[in-house]
Amino acid sequence: MGKIQIYIENKPYVVEEGLTILEAAKICGYNIPNLCTWKNGECSLASCRVCLVKVEGEKRLVPSCAYPIRDGIKIFISDPKAVVARRTSVELLLSNHSFNCQSCRKNGQCELLEVAKRVGARPDQYMGEMTKFHYDDVAPSLIRDTNKCILCGRCIEACKNTQGIGILGFEQRGFNTFVGPAENRSFNNVPCIQCGQCTLVCPTGALMEHSEIDKLDQAFQEGKYVIVQTAPAVRAALGEEFGEKIGTSVTGKMVAALHRLGFYRVFDTNFGADLTITEEANEFIQRITSHRPGPMITSCSPGWINYIEYYYPELLPHLSSCKSPHEMVGAIIKSYYAEKHNIDRSQICVVSVMPCTAKKYEKDRKENSVDGIQDVDVVLTTRELGQLIRRSGIMWKKLPDEEFDNDLIGDYSGAGVIFGVTGGVMEAAIRTAYHILTNEELEPIEFTPCRGLEGIKEASLKIMGQEYHFAMCSGMKNAKAILEQIKNNTCKYDFVEVMGCPGGCINGGGQPYVFPVFLPNEDDDIQYTYIQKRANVLYQEDRNRKVRRSHLNPDIITLYKDYLGEYGSPKAHKLLHTSYNYHREKYPDLNEN
Amino acid sequence: MKDTKKIKSLAELTKKISNCEDCLKNKFSGKDNKRHIVVCGGTGCLSSDSQLIIDRFNQIIKEKHLEDKVSVNVVGCFGFCSQGPFVKIYPEDTLYHAVKPKDCERIIEEDILNNRIVEDLLYEDPNTHKKVQKQDDINFYKKQLRIALHGCGTINPEILDEALGYDAFKGLIKALSMERSAVIQEILDSGLRGRGGGGFPTGRKWKFAFDQENDEKYVVCNGDEGDPGAFMDRSILEGNPVSVIEGMMIAGYAIGAKNGYFYVRAEYPIAVKRLQIAIKELEEVGLLGDNILNSGFSFKVHVRLGAGAFVCGEETALLNSIEGKRGMPRPRPPFPAVKGLWGKPTIINNVETLANVPYILRIGAKEFAKIGTERSKGTKVFALGGKVKNVGLVEVPMGTTLRELVFDIGGGIPNNKRFQAIQTGGPSGGCLTLNELDTPIDFDNLIEKGSMMGSGGAIVMDEDNCMVDVAKFYLEFICDESCGKCSQCRIGTKRLLELLTTVTEGKATMEDLTKLQTLSESISAGSLCGLGQTAPNPVLSTLNKFKDVYVRHVQDKKCDAGVCKSLISYYIDSNKCKKCSLCARNCPVNAISGVVGKEPFTIDLNKCIKCGTCISACKFNAIYKR
Amino acid sequence: MRLRKEAVDMIKEICNRYKDEPSPLMLVLSDVQKEYGYIPLEVQEIISNELNIPVSDIYGVVTFYSFFSLTPKGRYVIGVCIGTACYVKGGQNVLDKFSELLKIKPGQTTEDGLFTLDGLRCIGACGIAPAIQINGKVYPKVKLADIPKIIQEYRDKEME
Repeated sequence: MGKIQIYIENKPYVVEEGLTILEAAKICGYNIPNLCTWKNGECSLASCRVCLVKVEGEKRLVPSCAYPIRDGIKIFISDPKAVVARRTSVELLLSNHSFNCQSCRKNGQCELLEVAKRVGARPDQYMGEMTKFHYDDVAPSLIRDTNKCILCGRCIEACKNTQGIGILGFEQRGFNTFVGPAENRSFNNVPCIQCGQCTLVCPTGALMEHSEIDKLDQAFQEGKYVIVQTAPAVRAALGEEFGEKIGTSVTGKMVAALHRLGFYRVFDTNFGADLTITEEANEFIQRITSHRPGPMITSCSPGWINYIEYYYPELLPHLSSCKSPHEMVGAIIKSYYAEKHNIDRSQICVVSVMPCTAKKYEKDRKENSVDGIQDVDVVLTTRELGQLIRRSGIMWKKLPDEEFDNDLIGDYSGAGVIFGVTGGVMEAAIRTAYHILTNEELEPIEFTPCRGLEGIKEASLKIMGQEYHFAMCSGMKNAKAILEQIKNNTCKYDFVEVMGCPGGCINGGGQPYVFPVFLPNEDDDIQYTYIQKRANVLYQEDRNRKVRRSHLNPDIITLYKDYLGEYGSPKAHKLLHTSYNYHREKYPDLNEN
Repeated sequence: MKDTKKIKSLAELTKKISNCEDCLKNKFSGKDNKRHIVVCGGTGCLSSDSQLIIDRFNQIIKEKHLEDKVSVNVVGCFGFCSQGPFVKIYPEDTLYHAVKPKDCERIIEEDILNNRIVEDLLYEDPNTHKKVQKQDDINFYKKQLRIALHGCGTINPEILDEALGYDAFKGLIKALSMERSAVIQEILDSGLRGRGGGGFPTGRKWKFAFDQENDEKYVVCNGDEGDPGAFMDRSILEGNPVSVIEGMMIAGYAIGAKNGYFYVRAEYPIAVKRLQIAIKELEEVGLLGDNILNSGFSFKVHVRLGAGAFVCGEETALLNSIEGKRGMPRPRPPFPAVKGLWGKPTIINNVETLANVPYILRIGAKEFAKIGTERSKGTKVFALGGKVKNVGLVEVPMGTTLRELVFDIGGGIPNNKRFQAIQTGGPSGGCLTLNELDTPIDFDNLIEKGSMMGSGGAIVMDEDNCMVDVAKFYLEFICDESCGKCSQCRIGTKRLLELLTTVTEGKATMEDLTKLQTLSESISAGSLCGLGQTAPNPVLSTLNKFKDVYVRHVQDKKCDAGVCKSLISYYIDSNKCKKCSLCARNCPVNAISGVVGKEPFTIDLNKCIKCGTCISACKFNAIYKR
Repeated sequence: MRLRKEAVDMIKEICNRYKDEPSPLMLVLSDVQKEYGYIPLEVQEIISNELNIPVSDIYGVVTFYSFFSLTPKGRYVIGVCIGTACYVKGGQNVLDKFSELLKIKPGQTTEDGLFTLDGLRCIGACGIAPAIQINGKVYPKVKLADIPKIIQEYRDKEME
């Protein structure tokens, strides 16, 4: 790409060609307000009209997000007409937007509110009728409030193009247009996998996770043993909620905060990850030795489980039957742990802090309970934990570093930590499977083909003369590609790891928002680099752990020795394995007679 | 009989054309010793039973065994729809209007068999009250010059031979003998500008697409005519579909496209049917398909139906619609000529534009450029409507004044009412006032006067039209038809409409008028597509030219035209009231009381819903509104 | 509602008709609307599976274009033109009159399933304004007084 000269407010700059005005202006030091743009996505490109600028020679104002620069272009951001038009666009959007900003959970992270401030929107300029709105809080994971939607189309982009699903779309026309599932159905009533990727891009409070803080409050109220566990990806991002730079590890502060919030015990889901690995690696070996048709596919991402149940039920036999790590931890807390401490299991409330919205749905599945009692009772997202900490008055910067509680299931390996990033489960599983097959340890321990953020990665490894092929993918669009291979019998893999969200759990639907407008101190390209930065936190923690192989986690060894017996024992099956729904209706009410 | 033999070479086509021409000439001149009845088969006349007229003629001919003496044929729209159905007799060229099936017998008996003109079926000039026998002598047709409408009302649109006998394919033959770049140069030289609204030079559009290196390019014909009040594209497609197909083929040859798409409104079933018949016939004789006339040029034509969305007249929305998506416009650049249908270079021309193309090739760019004004060449078809005596389609040279359009061709305002304004350009346009009537019509003049050509709607308003209400009508239309994509148009036009409504309800303040102006300007500068950018035009132009009307609504709470219901009341003139009680009996809300024969009736203004029923009921003109 | 097998086959056949077209959705929906009468979600789901397009996209298209309908239309669809020419000549009053007599609002269908009332944008019959269209048949220069007769004409037709 060549360099060209452009002018902003008559001042010359040299930039790379092929950029839009918005991108070029940012490089030159101008942040033009915008709402409907998102990375390189098409969204509903140029629809919000918030980034209008004047370009010499153009009769009308142009949207800087869609207008390509050319050599010699003269751009005027502060042209009086452009200033007024940008303000009018925002005022118009506000006139058709819910007015409960004070109590909106998005307050503080609402891009619309921020942009309104920046363009100097005046109150009550264009009041009038509002589009009929729809509020959906039926689904366990997600809430949709069209009264706050500004039709930027980012969520459609995320759902359709990033995930390849397309639950959300523009419906109706003109002033009646809304974004939602067909017929304005609830997320519960359509084949939505509840991954929450849409919540990560929504600039307003129109799409958010279904908060369970109330449920937690009630458990405390009832005097239960409220035991919390946190997924690996949470520590890689929670700091962002409190102004830490992206990529800061906050494990110690997070644990300290949880202790101060009054939880009975603070555990790490990584213990569950280690348990998953031992069970899953064992299951994998069982499969290959009994020559069941491959590949085996991982099952720890509930969005992914939803996807395969809805769209490829015929391939469900390929799924590992292992519960996801936090469910395993829940099951173990309510059995082994409860028995050891002589606590009535019905008096335990297991809270999982997850980077994920789909886990809220997962915990309610009847398959994820033992003897009628749910393994996990409450699932909070990383964002909700942030809210909980803010609510408590805890000052983040004054928190010390503390350790997880060392109580039967407190230890975890580095292998468990890397679960949070795409390829991590596979790398962890290979470390343990290699050991089971060979009785030796894999060296070097870091199996790098599993690393990187590409949508689909491949790896192979020779174990005792036999070559095994692995694939790791994240995002449903990529999973679909592999599922199609399996369907067409062209799949060469033995073991496939699938993560519902692009990049894995570190980019889960429950993670903190990455809106550049609120991140003045991050790099310009933060939207493209934050996943890697979060991943680095986990790989670093893996390196720092003394034990880095799941099967060597001493608490895991004790658990099997004292309680479960063998890998894959009947007891392990009862507690740690699940089953799937082969007949999940995409539109449950549609085909009733 | 239909000749399904393939026409494989230029020589064969020339011979065929010559045969067809002779055939048609004989018919028009009477050399075949036969009389020919043609009946208008346009949508307007068909709705007034012109099909029954054709059936009736055929029936009589059969009963009386007149097959050797007379034929009956359907032709396309005559344009003068308010006076239809039309029946024309060749070779005398006698034109009968407002014919009813029961008149057929007389036409056959008197005119065909006894050569006596049926006087009472002739058109009568509304101003001179003289009967006129021939079409060309009717004032409505006198100032017209028919290029785009060539053949409409003359040939049977469902028979290819008639088109071939009436100049079809001469333009393509010429084009195929030229270099592709020379064809584009010809269009550039002709000065042809897009007839769909924008007036962008057609040749330049073609040149952009020509310059793109790509194996696949497309020509799209925009037949999604949506401006309320405009129906020229429908008439052209109904009257001479082959001319538009030929124009598309010339465009395809010039830019290097092998496929053309017609996007026609589904509301136009007759146009679609005739277009499809024409395509089928052309395919059968090999004038569409591979290696046409052995020239190496291949072209296929496809038809797509619009599904009821005005915004699809916007070219990028139209492309999305063809691609099976919601008709939401795309930002430009990239322009369709670079990245259009399925991402390929695409030119999109309106029906009327393409209908001009064969003519330009046929007579040459130089001759074409002699017609019109300096910067707008050729003719423009207008759909003249509203409060004007002669309603219909007229094609006039650019440069004709609005006064000629309204008063000479249109015959002036009916019922001795006062001319107030003429609205051009539909919902994207604006209105022109009495002092602007001498403006010569062309693209730039109209824009300068705060309106635009648009697709050619021309609606005349008289003193009974409230200009605020007119602006509100267009805004309502736009609000309904906004695609909803961009904020300025989706919400902005809604707010404009709400503001206008407060004006018509007498609830607005002078600040609201300022707000109306600034919001209009913002929408105009800041909307994504042409629909939104021009949506405020009806508001801006009425606000600028009829400010006093707005102010009267705001300050005096009066609507002098008596249109805005909230601002008028109904009264009974006690001097005129005959105490008959007819009004009271018709009133749906029992708001009128009085004593029959004794006390004059009065309206209870608190109960009155201003429906106007009483005014129509009263036989003595005793009820008035103020 | 679960669709009958014949209905499913019919929708599939329509989809199959356009399998060689680059973007068949509009063509399919037009035919389904014409032949099935309306396009409910059940039908959209079949089309979604056949054409491999998300249901939300199809629903978005169906609700964008006024020709497509999610609910069955009446046997007779009365379209009253409210384009400019007709509006100026009283088209709105014609629509209001139909609305009053049929006791339905524009866009609705009478309880007996006989009539659907629509306000149409310009149908290009400006020369004969105000015009209405019933199942494609255009009525020119409609007067308010004619309307009861027009409705009765179709009611009588039903009685036959």
